[in-house]
Amino acid sequence: MGLPERVAATDAALDMLRTLRGQHGELMIHQSGGCCDGSSPMCYPSGDLITGDVDVHLGDLDLGDGASVPVWMTRAQYEYWKHTHLTIDLVPGRGAGFSLEAPEGVRFLLRSRVLTDEEYGALHAAGFV
Amino acid sequence: MTVYAPPGQPGSLISYRDRYDHWIGGEFVAPASGRYFENPSPVTGRTFTEVGRGDADDIERALDAAHGASRAWGRTTATERAVILNKIADRMEQNLEMLAAAEAWENGKPVRETLAFDIPLAIDHFRYFAGAIRAQEGSISEIDGDTIAYHFHEPLGVVAQIIPWNFPILMATWKLAPALAAGNAVVLKPAEQTPASILLLMELIADLLPAGVVNVVNGFGVEAGKPLASSPRVRKVAFTGETTTGRLIMQYASQNIIPVTLELGGKSPNIFFEDVVREKDGFYDKALEGFAMFALNQGEVCTCPSRALIQESIYDEFLEAVKLRTESMRQGDPLDTETQVGAQASNDQLEKILSYLDIGRAEGARVVTGGHRAELSGDLSGGYYVTPTIFEGKNSMRVFQEEIFGPVVAVTSFSDYEDAISIANDTLYGLGAGVWSREAAIQYRAGRDIEAGRVWTNCYHAYPAAAAFGGYKGSGVGRENHKMMLDHYQQTKNLLVSYTQESLGLF
Repeated sequence: MGLPERVAATDAALDMLRTLRGQHGELMIHQSGGCCDGSSPMCYPSGDLITGDVDVHLGDLDLGDGASVPVWMTRAQYEYWKHTHLTIDLVPGRGAGFSLEAPEGVRFLLRSRVLTDEEYGALHAAGFV
Repeated sequence: MTVYAPPGQPGSLISYRDRYDHWIGGEFVAPASGRYFENPSPVTGRTFTEVGRGDADDIERALDAAHGASRAWGRTTATERAVILNKIADRMEQNLEMLAAAEAWENGKPVRETLAFDIPLAIDHFRYFAGAIRAQEGSISEIDGDTIAYHFHEPLGVVAQIIPWNFPILMATWKLAPALAAGNAVVLKPAEQTPASILLLMELIADLLPAGVVNVVNGFGVEAGKPLASSPRVRKVAFTGETTTGRLIMQYASQNIIPVTLELGGKSPNIFFEDVVREKDGFYDKALEGFAMFALNQGEVCTCPSRALIQESIYDEFLEAVKLRTESMRQGDPLDTETQVGAQASNDQLEKILSYLDIGRAEGARVVTGGHRAELSGDLSGGYYVTPTIFEGKNSMRVFQEEIFGPVVAVTSFSDYEDAISIANDTLYGLGAGVWSREAAIQYRAGRDIEAGRVWTNCYHAYPAAAAFGGYKGSGVGRENHKMMLDHYQQTKNLLVSYTQESLGLF
């Protein structure tokens, strides 16, 4: 059995990612924290935000046809989030830092659920949490 | 009580244009692409104006205008600049009610706050920096009897400022006043949720500032904010917002080798020690109000006291009292001066808050009061309203660790002083904090032990000019609201002068 998934996306979010990939090429998502539009996923052209040892790669969103979008979060923030599973959704909205979807009149939004004991145990055993 | 009329109705003080271009070189300039975006009022959810959708071409035009104006502006005397800042303050004061009503309409915040808080503070801020720049002096160092080091303050030149949507005019002022006082020209990008009120202000003060000294380009972050923040033509970037964009802006600044100031939010603890309830006096009532400050501006404040820590020995009693205080808040039409809690600034903000109400429950936090969208009637039914909410839970829960930016407070208890400080500091951020105690020793020790840039002691959410404001830890870099801010907008010129007639004899 593979490791439990930590991040997923709704169909609406995946459709938007496919659209943005058509416009901008390969993409990345970094979960933000803090003020204003914080606590929201930010979508950039791949490599626009330099990730490093301070970040955790939570997983990849599968867009089909071999395309995917990596999802990142700072390690310190993940310490507080690691007991939850994240689903990236899409809602009508406005504005979000430099995230690519904003001009489309939509906003990526995170929905969360608490991991089951089995999921958390498996991630823990594998050294991910 | 007063209920201000919405725009377009008889007697309305609020008069937005149907369409706004960019403000470049002292006049409205249509966006290069010819494109505009709709600007809805959170009060009703309906569009009231459209605004230029700027891109890199517009940013370049604004930078051209700023560079054209920068040299002459930087050479004006401090006296001349102070006079202009004071005139801006006077003009705003003469139009206080109009600005306050317009700000409430665009942002959704209650007009009682813009009348008493946003606009008066902005006015005072211009006056503070008018005074600060007059009083600023350079320095000299006497190296030896014939050698003197002179230090002059010089402006940076052209600076970029990216403004948040929670206090559009006030946050713009926090950045504009010190930058202008120091002699810089500015290209400013408002938030796309609140692009219009700053333009209203620009029009109002157009005759007071030389053309090109302040330029405003609206648009989406990726289209207008990014070209501005990454431009090699700016000497500094100031940003208020969230952490990932903050990182990006630092990254761009590293490529241009320029400074940044960043204000990136927090998860501020508000600590209530047991002596607060010793008497049911004025101080006790003030502490209850201090708790309720989580709902100020619908919680859309970087320093929202969104974690309340209450000492175990008074926990049940105090929580019951603040629950009643919270449930007595009047939520409704932001243009009604009796309204205490208005609308969230945008639909995505509303959705994000609702998603946190979900995860809070899923993690096992108990809803003490609120916990749902507020359904208002009539014209307000399309607006973005959330009932003030108290969660009870543990500091490890996500509603205790993430900035929700809504009228939501997460409450937990602590056993003793050490426990209080430990919980207070168990966060990625360090912007604000509140300490409530009648004991001077507790006030002082707690204030020093909390890792945050601003510790309100027996008060909260006061933002007077002359009190430095800024973050520890992940909350950012730099300080605002204080004359030290002038340093963030100046560089030091040193003239090292020799008055001796004698050679060194080295060559």
